[in-house]
Amino acid sequence: MDLSFITESLYFVKPEIAASASIILLVLLDLIFHKNKTIIPYVALAGIIITGIFVVDQFNISGFAFLSTDNPKYGMIAVDNFGAFFKLIIIISSIFVVAFSAYSDEINKITDRLGEYYALIFGMILGMLVLISASDLILIYLSMELLSLSSYVLAGFTKLRDRSSEASLKYLLYGATSTGMMLFGISILYGLTGSTNLYIISAALQTQSLNLLTLAFSIILIFAGIGYKISSAPFHFWTPDVYEGAPISITAYLSVASKAAGFALLIRFIKTTFVTFVDDNGNWQLLQVFDWESLLIIISLLTMTLGNFTALWQRNLKRMLAYSSIAHAGYLMLGLLVFSNQGLIAILIYFTIYLFMNLGAFFIVMVIANKTGSEDIDDYDGLGFKSSFLGVSLAIFLVSLTGLPPTAGFIGKLYLFIALVDAKMLTVAIIALLNTVVSLYYYIRVLKHMFLTSPTEKTEKIPLNFGQIAVIIIMLIPILLFGVYFSPVVDLAKSYITILGF
Amino acid sequence: MLEVGLSHYLFVSAILFSLGIYGIVTRKNAVLVLMGVELVLNAANINFVAFSRFGNFGIGGQVYALFVIILAAAEAAIALAIVLNIYKTFANVNVDEISKLKE
Repeated sequence: MDLSFITESLYFVKPEIAASASIILLVLLDLIFHKNKTIIPYVALAGIIITGIFVVDQFNISGFAFLSTDNPKYGMIAVDNFGAFFKLIIIISSIFVVAFSAYSDEINKITDRLGEYYALIFGMILGMLVLISASDLILIYLSMELLSLSSYVLAGFTKLRDRSSEASLKYLLYGATSTGMMLFGISILYGLTGSTNLYIISAALQTQSLNLLTLAFSIILIFAGIGYKISSAPFHFWTPDVYEGAPISITAYLSVASKAAGFALLIRFIKTTFVTFVDDNGNWQLLQVFDWESLLIIISLLTMTLGNFTALWQRNLKRMLAYSSIAHAGYLMLGLLVFSNQGLIAILIYFTIYLFMNLGAFFIVMVIANKTGSEDIDDYDGLGFKSSFLGVSLAIFLVSLTGLPPTAGFIGKLYLFIALVDAKMLTVAIIALLNTVVSLYYYIRVLKHMFLTSPTEKTEKIPLNFGQIAVIIIMLIPILLFGVYFSPVVDLAKSYITILGF
Repeated sequence: MLEVGLSHYLFVSAILFSLGIYGIVTRKNAVLVLMGVELVLNAANINFVAFSRFGNFGIGGQVYALFVIILAAAEAAIALAIVLNIYKTFANVNVDEISKLKE
């Protein structure tokens, strides 16, 4: 039997192999070092870095792995620059999350289950890496379940706290329902087109005349699964509860990495299945089988409006950041609904910046919660005077999340709005702009508590060690640097928009 | 004699899917909600197998159904562990009463 097609495929999945090997290694180490587990975070970090080296190795390589039996031109995994870019975002945020976990009191209390913790994080990494490059609906479903199952457990990892258990139950119930609906949608799409490969489905949609109502039904069901991963309305109800209840390191990870994987999936799904060709101006020509534009406009505006307005009266900072991350999912969708290369570039730029600013905000909230034991906004009274470094850094991250110059968040929003205006979607742009103004209120309210309220006797000085300061500075540098010198990010994004097949 | 065709299978799977969603929406006990999810997954399985049999799409659909059965088992294992943990902390598994996180 000829096995060469498998060995040739393995060349394209080196990062995934490294991640799988790390899972096995971590489980074994957990068994061997059952007394003293201080070595495990370092092994996890090494595993992520090795996976990252293989991801960087994949830049400018393109091809299909695990070829389809129906049509050997296409495969189950598409390796391309677009995927490599999102994989790099996953790797960078994973490195930060390992650093977060090392400084998190919530996680460090559970020394005996540290091996499980990192093995499950690698489960998430593997799920996300496959999800980003999957071009087959069944592989999409399998990797999404791998990602979800690991994150259900991680959300409830501090299982003795009732809030954490509740978060994991809610995540599980919403997640199981929406992936189940997604699977039903996949089964209908399979019945309509005769294949689960996105490229073959695309060819079938172009040549055969299908029942458009059934097709729309299946697409909306599939979108339910993806929308739950990126926490877009109306599938966002789990987000605030899970983000508030889960350990902060996991919350930060869900809000950046899991969302990035969901967006990569959504973009790849739409572009390979429903776009026939890209014209010279970089505009995508959509198939006239499903009205993606209206669906995405409605969902994007609904998501950002709901996120921003509900965030206004949150008193828990973690919950407020959860609503803010819902709103950011809405902003990111703006880049997709213009259906052009320019919009895709804007999404990549925004994600690069969002990675640093969102993780940064969560890290500082975690450092403060380690000391005070709560995330309530009243505990931040006068913090800017007592611990000025933390106060100023949190202020910079929040201003960047709002999108004000001179921070990098401004550049991200600017490119999104330019893409919208170029696509002549002024109404959408204006509603999004008004949303940004609303978001200013709740971000700045934190600054008011930190700098304009005088410290109470409850306010303590937050002690920082060298490592924590280093992590914060590493995240601050890109935010301040890309705010004024952003051409490297833009150039990087421009060269990484190629999706296989175009 | 009535011939059992594709539409009959699709009809059964549509009923299963609707029952599953109905169960998820109306049941308060977390275990019963999870049973609703199982119905949804099995509705999709019936679709896969029926399409692959009647649509002449090859063996693919039946293999996908096997994947889904295995994943459903994995999901049930994790789900029950989480529900057990909820029972230990809250002493019940009623979804409506587990709401420490609401503002």
